[in-house]
Amino acid sequence: MIPGATVIDVDVHNHPASVEDLVPYLDDHWREYLAKTAFAGPPDSAYPPAAPNTGAAPAEVLGDRTRLEEAALGSGDAERAVLSCTYAVESIHNPYAAQAMAAAANDWQAREWLAGDGGGRLGASIVVASQDPDLAAEEIDRVAGTPGFVQVLLPLRSAVPYGNRRFRPIFAAAARHGLVVALHYGGSPGNPPTASGWPSYYAEQYAGMAAIAQTQLTSLIAEGLFDLLPTLRVTVAEAGFCWVPQWLWRADKDWQMLGREIPWVRSPPHEYVRRHVRFSLRPIDGPTDPQALARVVEETEPIHLGSLLMYASDFPHAHGDDEDLRFLDLVSPATRDRILHDTAAAWYPFSERS
Amino acid sequence: MALHVVGTLDELPPGTRKIVEVDGRSIGIFNVAGEFLAIRNRCPHQGAPLCLGEQFGVLESDEPGRYTLRRPGEMVRCPWHGWEFDLRTGQSWFDPERTRVRRYDVKVGEDGRQPGPYVAETYPVAHDRTHVYVEL
Ligand code: FES
Repeated sequence: MIPGATVIDVDVHNHPASVEDLVPYLDDHWREYLAKTAFAGPPDSAYPPAAPNTGAAPAEVLGDRTRLEEAALGSGDAERAVLSCTYAVESIHNPYAAQAMAAAANDWQAREWLAGDGGGRLGASIVVASQDPDLAAEEIDRVAGTPGFVQVLLPLRSAVPYGNRRFRPIFAAAARHGLVVALHYGGSPGNPPTASGWPSYYAEQYAGMAAIAQTQLTSLIAEGLFDLLPTLRVTVAEAGFCWVPQWLWRADKDWQMLGREIPWVRSPPHEYVRRHVRFSLRPIDGPTDPQALARVVEETEPIHLGSLLMYASDFPHAHGDDEDLRFLDLVSPATRDRILHDTAAAWYPFSERS
Repeated sequence: MALHVVGTLDELPPGTRKIVEVDGRSIGIFNVAGEFLAIRNRCPHQGAPLCLGEQFGVLESDEPGRYTLRRPGEMVRCPWHGWEFDLRTGQSWFDPERTRVRRYDVKVGEDGRQPGPYVAETYPVAHDRTHVYVEL
């Protein structure tokens, strides 16, 4: 954590310790289905259990509010945290099973994470079966009114890019309820995790996430989603950020030359990013020299990265980048406050609960 | 200001253009549906021969997948980097400088598009029954 600072941590992972946690939140049919078949919830997880960057926290910690708060937020350094429940329901092929598991995960969060969180310290992510956008939108409508849900979590990888018309119901529902949509590392199995097919190793998949984030943001802009939904806010989480200026140099230029094809896009891409997109801080994918990283954050064109970043621990995942946080002492005090607190405070619909 | 004869009416039927040299300046004369418009044949971006570019209408959209084409032929697209200029005003619409000048004030035009800082020179054109004149 950051000693002495008021911090909002926008990426802390909670997760059911096992499918048993969700059984109380399933109806009779799905309870029997779990008991009598080989089905045990999502067959996939975004994080291979023994990979070094998955982190060492036991499943029981991620599944328990008190223990997670103690492990991730310490004794009060983080004023608030946003929970990213990457329960991979998109890997369930039966759409109704996927929807039932998503709903159970949300009711579990509402009851066991949000209801008892008197101070409103936690914001949670709505889990949706993104493979079926209509069902996902229904689920958002069902739980959006529960105080404490601040965003809808979508896995970064999808079967087609998220700007595609088929996904509109999800984004429209989030915008309707004033919720952020997080595009978070992970994603639809069955589709290769690179833009060029199947890689051989997890290391390739993880490093390739930045490219997918670029594809997704380009798609959201090109398909006019932000024009259709002017209040939509998107957080790109756990995909790095130093690629943002470089991607925008290219995207702005291509828009100038090719923009006639997409006449509803009336501003250069970086203006959409400034208005509609923020990035979580971890993993830090910048230069290891903190001075150089501070310059990247303060000085890049066409957009001031320091105004787009939000502090994240990504607990329990480990990126070996604690040292890199030294850049926070080298940026301006205003930028530091933005990254640690102010941007997230304005971005998420945190509620005061009693 | 003087009127310069730049051609005969016959050689500039609607839908055609002619590039002429006046006072050492290369100028494109366009007949857009019977109306004559003239613009300097030099792109304010990097100097391309602007008047060799394709003509287009003004394309607008208020929603993805919905297109409205207005003012057919009144925009010329620079052959080098594709920026579009309004043949009536010389105004560019795709603004390269915004990517570099952070504090550039963006004004949104009537139709929702944003004018760029680049403006190509335009000139008044007149004609009588036989000849076309440009004024500069
Ligand atoms: S020279 Fe005309 S657009 Fe670059």
